[in-house]
Amino acid sequence: MGGERRGLAFYLLAVLFAVFVLFLYGPIATIVILSFQGPNGGLTFPMNGVSLHWFHALFQQQMVGDFGGAVTRSIMLALMVMVANVVLAVAGGMAFRRRFRGATLLFYLVIASLIVPSLLVSLGIGLFFSQLGVDPAWYSSAFGAQLTWTLPFGLLIMFAVFNRFNKSWEEAARDLGAGPWRSFQHVVLPIILPGVVGIALFGFSLSYDEFPRTMMTAGDSNTLPLEVFAMTANVTTPVIYALGTLTTGFSALIIVAALTTMAVLRKRRLARAI
Amino acid sequence: MSTTTQSSGRLRRRTEGDNALGAWLLAGPMAIVLTIFLVVPIAMLIVVSFLDYNSVQILWSFVLQNYQDALTSVVTWKTFGVTIEYAVITWVIAVSLGFWIAYFLAFEVRSTTWQMALFLLCSVPFLTSNIIRTISWIPALGRNGIVNTLLLHLHVIHQPLTFLLYSKFAIILAFVHLDTLFMITPIFNSMMRIDRTLIEAARDNGAGFWRTILNVILPLSKSGIGIGTIFVITLVMGDFVSVSIMGGGQSASVGIMIQNEISLLQYPAAAANSVILLAIVLLMVFLILRVIDIRKEL
Repeated sequence: MGGERRGLAFYLLAVLFAVFVLFLYGPIATIVILSFQGPNGGLTFPMNGVSLHWFHALFQQQMVGDFGGAVTRSIMLALMVMVANVVLAVAGGMAFRRRFRGATLLFYLVIASLIVPSLLVSLGIGLFFSQLGVDPAWYSSAFGAQLTWTLPFGLLIMFAVFNRFNKSWEEAARDLGAGPWRSFQHVVLPIILPGVVGIALFGFSLSYDEFPRTMMTAGDSNTLPLEVFAMTANVTTPVIYALGTLTTGFSALIIVAALTTMAVLRKRRLARAI
Repeated sequence: MSTTTQSSGRLRRRTEGDNALGAWLLAGPMAIVLTIFLVVPIAMLIVVSFLDYNSVQILWSFVLQNYQDALTSVVTWKTFGVTIEYAVITWVIAVSLGFWIAYFLAFEVRSTTWQMALFLLCSVPFLTSNIIRTISWIPALGRNGIVNTLLLHLHVIHQPLTFLLYSKFAIILAFVHLDTLFMITPIFNSMMRIDRTLIEAARDNGAGFWRTILNVILPLSKSGIGIGTIFVITLVMGDFVSVSIMGGGQSASVGIMIQNEISLLQYPAAAANSVILLAIVLLMVFLILRVIDIRKEL
């Protein structure tokens, strides 16, 4: 099949694909460019000079509230969700390799967690906490709300990982006298590690950008996406593009770091296997 | 010999018992989190939807008023109607686009490295902010935006187009932009599992490009299309971010209606609309599952 000549379909679909990628990345590229507008520039082209004015403005602006605090809280929360997501999803993934009573029910619950609209989860948790008399906060209710979004992705990644997992390695460890924890630590974990990094990436990124599930659950202290959404309603200067550029750049950095780690881990394992 | 089998049988039985306990210890924390933050809150939503309220608080007395208000209001019906319309239009575009993109990645791109690299290129934006991605359409679509400037320059139009931003067009565009990935991924996943020899067999038997697609690839990607459909429909039905940014405050959706009721502290009314929305979404999922069996993907 490899030597076959490319048909017309290939070229037409390659064009469609290129247009789709442009459609995906074009808009974000325009706001990155526009965030460097001169001080008198507006929300659209033409560029009125080039400056870092709007990035400065972003850090000086006090009217949007506690901006620095929102960033700190978002990163702390993302780290908490990342760790919890890895631990719970890996443990859950290990559990689903065996048959156990209630496995199907739990699986449907995980899928339901993906399907129920975020706004309803947010409202439900908000009502639940207020009826309990507990104040919602980013580290309690918002933390749980975000896990209902990240855990299904974590578990599905574990399913994909274990689909390709060769059980004989584990059996070998057991035959050599390793207990369940030692065989997990020395055999299973090193093999699934790239997948675990993927789960960490999903946990961090989805939490860092999560808006609807955080809206009713963050309490008095805003996270970054809540600040951003508030800005969309009342900010009419390129300062919002500067924020978009910074936060997208930060996400991109995290993604690149995670993908590089995964690639290095995979390469190292292949090298060791030979 | 028989004693060995017996003892190994006993051993196996014991490890199986340990396994069930072990499995629950492992899955337990996840089950607890989902119970506290999904099952109980949804139950709470249902309970509150039957409660009375005044302008300051929820009153613990059982009423059907919230549902009566919702179901007898023309505005509510129209809002649900328009939201379903968004979902259907977005779905049609996402499934046509998603199918061909996935087909390109799975069958036209031949090296695995390129397949993975290009798939990654499509999926990376998913891990960045949806709000920022939506806002980033504003400089392109505004009255003095890139599209209008370009079209005026090329003399295609003589006056700026006004339907580009803060319109139904803009809302659908944002949905397609954000949610098509949810269609591409499961379809790509199903297509990668199709045995390549089946396609060769179809070709050898004289099937051309379209017949191979219609009779071999499409039926075998059905479960992926089913999963993608569930994702797209539920994401659009529950959205309020895209509609509020791209609709410019003038467009309605169920999410925005619920959001407005929340900001007016009419929690039981918001809960009733939420329960109706949930019922519609679950009904749609049920119908999709009736048409397409997705179990073999799971």
